[in-house]
Amino acid sequence: MTEHTVKAYEGELTLLDKKIAQMGGLAENILGQAFDALERRDPGLAEVAVQSDKAIDTLEREIEDMAISMIARRQPMANDLRHIMAALHITRDLERIGDHAKNIAKRALAIASEQYPKPLMSGLRHMVERALRQLKDVLDAYAERNADMAVAVWRADEQIDAMYNSVFRELLTYMMEDPRNIGLCTHLLFGAKNLERIGDHTTNIAETVYYLVHGVPLTDDRPKSDNTSSTLISGERGS
Amino acid sequence: MDMIAPLNARADQARPMTESKAIRAEVRNLDFFYGNNQALKNINLPIIDRQVTALIGPSGCGKSTLLRCFNRMHDLYPGNRYEGEIRLMPENINIISRDIDPMYVRLRIGMVFQKPNPFPKSIYENVAAGLWVRGIRRKSLVDERVELALTQAALWNEVKDRLKRSAYDLSGGQQQRLCIARALAPDPEILLLDEPTSALDPIATAKIEELIDEIGSSVTVVIVTHNMQQAARISNYTGFMHLGSLVEYNDTAHIFTNPSDQRTQDYITGRFG
Repeated sequence: MTEHTVKAYEGELTLLDKKIAQMGGLAENILGQAFDALERRDPGLAEVAVQSDKAIDTLEREIEDMAISMIARRQPMANDLRHIMAALHITRDLERIGDHAKNIAKRALAIASEQYPKPLMSGLRHMVERALRQLKDVLDAYAERNADMAVAVWRADEQIDAMYNSVFRELLTYMMEDPRNIGLCTHLLFGAKNLERIGDHTTNIAETVYYLVHGVPLTDDRPKSDNTSSTLISGERGS
Repeated sequence: MDMIAPLNARADQARPMTESKAIRAEVRNLDFFYGNNQALKNINLPIIDRQVTALIGPSGCGKSTLLRCFNRMHDLYPGNRYEGEIRLMPENINIISRDIDPMYVRLRIGMVFQKPNPFPKSIYENVAAGLWVRGIRRKSLVDERVELALTQAALWNEVKDRLKRSAYDLSGGQQQRLCIARALAPDPEILLLDEPTSALDPIATAKIEELIDEIGSSVTVVIVTHNMQQAARISNYTGFMHLGSLVEYNDTAHIFTNPSDQRTQDYITGRFG
């Protein structure tokens, strides 16, 4: 695309994207650290993840300030306007993703002394890998202004929902087997919910990227596989 | 007396003011030549009734040339040539046809220019001039029309106590609003504004924009502006012109958030040339 006649404006838009990339990278890192801390019962690493979330919050404020200043000073139009609005939306979603990751790190601290069987973690491990993949892809889609890639991320969230569904059932089973598992499993269940929410924020970003590229909202109905809100224990009780 | 017919007999007066999507004028296959130089190329454009239509584009794109076609300004110079049509509705007459007297067109379509150009007369006489030309002489009616036009132009409160004073005593912004009042007094079918605020400061500009907003639902306005933000603020429809062609025409929100043509996008985002 042709560059702006005013070079400083071009520079600001580039800087905006750089900060979003930085924020996205941080969110990926924190999520990875938080989960490793949970899996390895490593309170030190969990603490690092909790602390890193502050850097995300700082970036969020910086990006917001930049966007407000650009709207006031440059009167952005058309794709520039969508660019700045997209940056604001994506920043919000990344900040929420950071919060969810931090929440997982806090749970890692809470259950660091508990004993739990390895297989319990494998479902969650799959979820976090999927969520990280999705997050990376959607950030690439933003950087490359690739709407097709964003739509692929948007559709793939269904898999995270399905995984969440199965982790939910698995954890219920453990809790029913032995009430002493309830404390631990509740933390893990909330951790899984955090991951599921991260997936949702990632699809929000995918929608934003689509709007940024095409100027119209993504209107298809997204396939959904999270049906835990209508799942009851009674099914398990019978078995 | 034929001349004043359009003043009192607006064919569409019975229709509600809101949601009017009727076409007030339609430009069809319009070419325009300054001698051998073709300045407008096959322009097709509707002017929606009682809405504000903005024409934007870089210098030399033909936007002012197009605006001037609407009241036959080009007839003042020899060698200029129109081809195609500008149909004025609902009568469906081609106002650039040689059979139509330019004076007749100018009586129905008012125009305001970049620099305020009041007559060297009193404020009252400036606004009344257009009425007198059209044969409206009755003092009470002229008084009423002058007050209405000055009110529409958001100038009445500032000048009501000094109507007999010279128009030159007014500030630049007030003079421009006076010119708009002068154009509005005879109740024109279309009001043409050619860069009406480019010689004014931001406050005077805001007052003009406010009055355009006010009259926009009762008068059909076509405005040429260099200031894209102004077009975005005050118009309902926007046409983007480049090199004598109309590149894109759409409702204003669409043009400024998601234009279809790359050239429009480059221009409104400041990437041109």
